[in-house]
Amino acid sequence: MAKFKPNTQVDFVVIGSGIAGGIMAKELSTAGFQVVILEQGDYLHEKDFRYDQLKKTSTSSLLNDDVPTTFRQTDKEKAVHSTAFRYGRCVGGGTVHYSGSSWRHHESDFIERSIYGPVAGTGFADWPLTYAELEPYYTKVEWEIGYSGLGGVSPFESPRSKPYPLPPMPNKSSGVLMERAAQKLGYHAVPVPVAMLSQAYRGRSACIHCGFCSGYGCKVGAKSSSLASVIPIVEKSGRCELRTNSYVREISVDKNGRVTGAVYFDANKKEVFQRAKAVLLCANGLESPRLLLLSKSSLFPNGLANTNGVVGKYFMPGCGASAHGIFEHELNEYKSVTTTRGIEDFYNADPKRGYYGGGRIDARGNNGPITFALGGLPPDTPRWGSDYKKALKENFNRTLTIQAFCTALPQESNNITLDPDVKDAWGLAAMRVTYKDHPDDMKNKAFFRERALELVDAAGAIKKWADPVREEKAMGHTMGTCRMGNDPKTSVVDRFNRAHDIPNLFVVDGSSFVTTARNHPTCTISALAFRAADNIIRMSKNGSIKAPTDS
Amino acid sequence: MKKPISKKQGASRRSFLAGSATGLSSVWLASQWPGILAAQEHAQKVARSGKPGKLGFFSEEQAAEVESVAAQIIPTDETPGAREAGCLYFIDRALTTFDREQQPVYTQGLETLQAKTRELVPNAGKFSGLTAAQQIQVLKAIETTPFFAQIRLHTITGFVANPEYGGNQDKIGWNLIGFESKFHYAAPFGYYDGQSELSAGTRKG
Repeated sequence: MAKFKPNTQVDFVVIGSGIAGGIMAKELSTAGFQVVILEQGDYLHEKDFRYDQLKKTSTSSLLNDDVPTTFRQTDKEKAVHSTAFRYGRCVGGGTVHYSGSSWRHHESDFIERSIYGPVAGTGFADWPLTYAELEPYYTKVEWEIGYSGLGGVSPFESPRSKPYPLPPMPNKSSGVLMERAAQKLGYHAVPVPVAMLSQAYRGRSACIHCGFCSGYGCKVGAKSSSLASVIPIVEKSGRCELRTNSYVREISVDKNGRVTGAVYFDANKKEVFQRAKAVLLCANGLESPRLLLLSKSSLFPNGLANTNGVVGKYFMPGCGASAHGIFEHELNEYKSVTTTRGIEDFYNADPKRGYYGGGRIDARGNNGPITFALGGLPPDTPRWGSDYKKALKENFNRTLTIQAFCTALPQESNNITLDPDVKDAWGLAAMRVTYKDHPDDMKNKAFFRERALELVDAAGAIKKWADPVREEKAMGHTMGTCRMGNDPKTSVVDRFNRAHDIPNLFVVDGSSFVTTARNHPTCTISALAFRAADNIIRMSKNGSIKAPTDS
Repeated sequence: MKKPISKKQGASRRSFLAGSATGLSSVWLASQWPGILAAQEHAQKVARSGKPGKLGFFSEEQAAEVESVAAQIIPTDETPGAREAGCLYFIDRALTTFDREQQPVYTQGLETLQAKTRELVPNAGKFSGLTAAQQIQVLKAIETTPFFAQIRLHTITGFVANPEYGGNQDKIGWNLIGFESKFHYAAPFGYYDGQSELSAGTRKG
């Protein structure tokens, strides 16, 4: 691995080593540029990951537990501490612990405002790029990161230039039951594409179906995380230094309005300033806007790249609805990947429903013994005693979930701001999340709850129930907070992820999203990263990045 | 009378309860991470020493009461329950490591349990000395208390958590529910994929 002195002006500082930062660093370092990655978390390896549900996502090494977050529904309320807004905080970011379900967006996702028209009370808008422009990069993602799937079987899939590099994962019982239900109801069950290796690929081993995907780091490197796929290439490039336990507090700017590097706290909480010709902010939909808001200067008193006040606004989380069923025979859903079959028959919004919204639905099991024993049984089951024990014994392996991944509309009032009262362990203002579902989002969740119940029924469940429709108060898949657009007045970054305000600052992660599509953001984040990197390489060669003049 | 619960405790309990109600127990688990690590180290030390686990928080007398409550939450019948799985040891370690904040809930809760026992069963001694039917009657009367919510959550978690935390001894909990803990499997995984012609995964479109 390369080593740089902080006062050496490297070509790029990349903030965050998740899938976006990993891809950017890989593309730029292998193209000959000097790169420093600053990662908040630790460097964990396969041997560090454990099969332990009690520890599970509780590892501060995997997630942001050291970083307090506060939550409120509207700006009339005082925000309270919440551990519910969480992100991956280790080398590889969220892709270390995610389940790996990784779908492309559809052509329509980029032009929904044009298709459906405005939605009252929202900033519903088209993306400033099309599916066709992103398609080569989707293909690049699937082949370079390592995806398993089956293209061409879904009638709803947008055109693809190449098949998936690896066949889909073996189907699970939940997938077979989803197929039965879909056939009965006239829907189309298709293999779920996963960032997971169904066969050995490019020197990495295949999945062993241990079942510890969602919430865990993969012990065999078969999950195509940033850690397993691109970080090894970054390290071999000889031009990139990966600094862990590096908590960035500011992206600095010169008098000409160009970024000069990043100030971070090292593992000993000592401040370090790393100089760079350009900064790539890939810190996720929560931390990217927070860092911009923290980076106040006389030129940018409201935070960096925030002349128009849009940074942090239009926050959209992953939201959904679900139903559950108990079946006659064993499903053993605790084995292998989270989900193997999904349907997109209700993907598109339908004006006939009387609101905007759509979703994707998949079939899956429970999330392990502890989660199931505490909350996975039907609501009418006794909560303790011999009948509880009997239900636990009989149903752990026979219960499945139909999970819908739904739209969340972009609303200006849903946002990430700096909490005026709460500080983190470094003395910086904590992020404050303000979020309340749009009425259409709630109607959509109710619609999908019904579809999920129908599917459970059609699959032949001997007992079924559904979770009540809830307002989102705990969420991942954070999107929209540095939205892309052609108009510098209403968006933070341009169609190549460059900040409108600053020619040598790029923001690439879920924060760039204009709409949620149907959740599952990773594949599109990855494609945007490959595309932005391509463009940055091009701009570097023609001198249009514009490094700080005082360098 | 219940003592007021400190703000910190209250928040912790709320997240604990919220977790059990919504299935989002990872939120609770998350907040406990440093302690969980300590609990693991403790458990591993005990395992290495080859001696039975000592109680770190409960007195012998309290332990008998806690074990009896746990044994009603997951009773022993034709299959082993919380008692055989050692849920008491899981709880005791939780209270000396990752869930120290919950100590007062147990201390006060055991007092409530004693009082309720005397109230409902005249001339009774300890809860652990009651018949099963009497114990169930007492627990139903305190079912909505924070103490019961807490001990339920701990008992169930300990029953199916990794055995190194003190509960789920000899994988009693996992064996009961049918979790194999082999950590590598091959298709078919269950009954339906085993039955299906489409199970190979390469379904033709």
